[in-house]
Amino acid sequence: MKKISLIIQREYLTRVRKKSFIVMTILGPVLMAALFIVPVWMAMNDEDESNILVIDDSFLFNERMTDTDKIHFHFPQIGTSLDSAKSQMVESENFDAVLFIHEKIMSTPTGIQLIYDKQPSINVIRYIENTIENDIEKFKLAKSGIDQATIEAAKTNIRLVTTKLDEVGEESKSNTELSMIIGMFSGILIYMFIFLYGVQVMRGVIEEKTSRIIEVIISSVKPFELMMGKILGIALVGLTQFLLWTVLSTTLISGGKMLVEQHFAGKETAVSIEEAMTSSQMQMPAEAEKEVSAELNQAAIDKVFESIEMINFPLIVGSFLFYFLGGYLIYSALFAAVGSAVDNEADSQQFMLPITAPIIFSFVMAQVVINNPESSMSFWLSMIPFTSPIIMMVRIPFGVPAWELALSMFLLVVGFIGTTWLAGRIYRTGILMYGKKVSYKELWKWLRYH
Amino acid sequence: MSKAYAGHVAIEDISISVPEGTIFGLLGPNGAGKTTFIRIINQITGPDTGKLWFNGERLEEKHLGLIGYLPEERGLYKKMKVGEQALYLCQLKGLSKKDALRKLKYWFEKFGIEAWWNKKVEELSKGMAQKVQFIVTVLHEPKLLILDEPFSGFDPINTNLIKSEILELKKKGTTIIFSTHNMGSVEELCDHIALINNTRVILEGEVKEVRSRFRTQTYNIDFNGSVMQLSASLGTYGELIEHGPEGDHMDATVRLVNGATTNQLLGNIMRTVEVTGFKEIIPSMNDIFIQAVEKYNQDKVSV
Repeated sequence: MKKISLIIQREYLTRVRKKSFIVMTILGPVLMAALFIVPVWMAMNDEDESNILVIDDSFLFNERMTDTDKIHFHFPQIGTSLDSAKSQMVESENFDAVLFIHEKIMSTPTGIQLIYDKQPSINVIRYIENTIENDIEKFKLAKSGIDQATIEAAKTNIRLVTTKLDEVGEESKSNTELSMIIGMFSGILIYMFIFLYGVQVMRGVIEEKTSRIIEVIISSVKPFELMMGKILGIALVGLTQFLLWTVLSTTLISGGKMLVEQHFAGKETAVSIEEAMTSSQMQMPAEAEKEVSAELNQAAIDKVFESIEMINFPLIVGSFLFYFLGGYLIYSALFAAVGSAVDNEADSQQFMLPITAPIIFSFVMAQVVINNPESSMSFWLSMIPFTSPIIMMVRIPFGVPAWELALSMFLLVVGFIGTTWLAGRIYRTGILMYGKKVSYKELWKWLRYH
Repeated sequence: MSKAYAGHVAIEDISISVPEGTIFGLLGPNGAGKTTFIRIINQITGPDTGKLWFNGERLEEKHLGLIGYLPEERGLYKKMKVGEQALYLCQLKGLSKKDALRKLKYWFEKFGIEAWWNKKVEELSKGMAQKVQFIVTVLHEPKLLILDEPFSGFDPINTNLIKSEILELKKKGTTIIFSTHNMGSVEELCDHIALINNTRVILEGEVKEVRSRFRTQTYNIDFNGSVMQLSASLGTYGELIEHGPEGDHMDATVRLVNGATTNQLLGNIMRTVEVTGFKEIIPSMNDIFIQAVEKYNQDKVSV
């Protein structure tokens, strides 16, 4: 035991001290935070102001085109021709584009032109399209005798309250979308972790083999101890990195959120991040609609908070850690076996497929399982040790009976012991074999040596 | 003991005893089974049949700390610092950190390599890395030291340094198994040898005794006179095998025949030529190695 702890120590310290580890640890959360903050930031700041000259031959839209923070509409004197507007745009710095709406827009809603000397953003185009579309629809509805109030009254917004009734008869409200997000997110994390660190185990084994230090070490410790020490040491590296990422990401994201909120605090309408995100897609033109949507948003946010409270976080975090480690352990032993069988990384390709196939398979199946977490296929995939780490984690947020969870965990532990035993036998022989292209038949022979 | 891997036999019915406190040469052509034998002693692999004894006890895992092993194919972690790595390897052998540090300091000073402590291994030359490895192998003061081609990669100066360290260790009572193809160093260092060829031990014994076993009764004679005179004087005691060019000082190789003694031969020769030197030609380990292996291979073919 003393020796294995020495090995774990070395594997851990040499990796944690590496520059690449430090860089990745810092860069990871920055990238994560960037993923959340940058789109919002871009939506809010990166857009230049657009000044658009409107030539409206239909005389329907005068004063109906409402300005936003970034988009300003200008209506020239009635009778200004399109050509003079064009030259005005080219000559003066004040205008970026000319919007031309022809007379018969009501009957033929095509052929509206936007002529520009500076490329307008997709948001500007979408905003103009939406506004004109909305207005034409309203005109048409008014023509057929339906007034605005009727339409507002007819608008309905439905949200299902899904409630899970378990065997004990206890009801628990659930939010399917939130469960999906949590399930998928943990699944992806486990998938990444298995790959990133499993390959590190393989590289470590190949390094020891090619540098020929292996024989010196196994004259002091048993090959199995060396393999386990390496696997456990790297697991600790992974956990450390994960922990640091979590801490740094939360700090960065909440810090970024505060910055964004401060930025908008001065403005008249308090815009939350959620709204900022939707507003980049579509800005509701009418004030009334804005209020309605704000109310809806508020309701949705309340619901999200309510369902967040519903989620059993201790269970999710606990089982996440279990499957996170279990999944890594079961695969890293196999990665170690592959590393021992080859002389360099390029040769490892042929043996990688049977290992990576089930990981990728579970990742693909996760997307099926998430839509139907209680099907029998979902059940079986969450029992098989090679797929359960990802699949079970996807299912847990939706609620899984305790016996299924216990059985799946038990099978994963059994699977881990089994693969490690097999891998140990291949490893033992493989690390001392050089200059030989190994086949599957050869591996099978190694398994049966005593 | 015997050991077979799937498809081929590595060693077959080998029984070797290494006397305590001696240097034991383990010789044999490539692929003879030496490495397998050494790995079995180090418990890297186990024998199919047979038992190993260490100081009267069955060889077990607990003895690993009493054995030092310098494999032929050796290396270090390239990215790790020299000192840290030496410390790690010594601790794996069971030394406490404190002891390992103290002893490492002594050896690094002795070899004059303190300045390497914080260097990464990849910055060292091959010979430098070999020195570090030698230190790591002997640092825990093993009772049994197994050195596989210890001089490969060393320049003559460092070879001498390591040689004297080996002799020093022997003086302190360490038993050393020394595997090499360099027969010169076998003559110089070894007390006993075993020659393994094609999975079996074909020659074993004390170096002096083995060499005398391979004596061919040939002698080198330096003399003043002519070859004619010499060969005439040999009579029924010996036969002339070869001789140098004619001149004032001659030398010739002569073999004793018909059970004659050196005195009988010399008595005859001295009457006709003036003998200035007379020395038995003892076969070198190199000759013995080649002879033994070739003889074994021929016997096998004829069987």
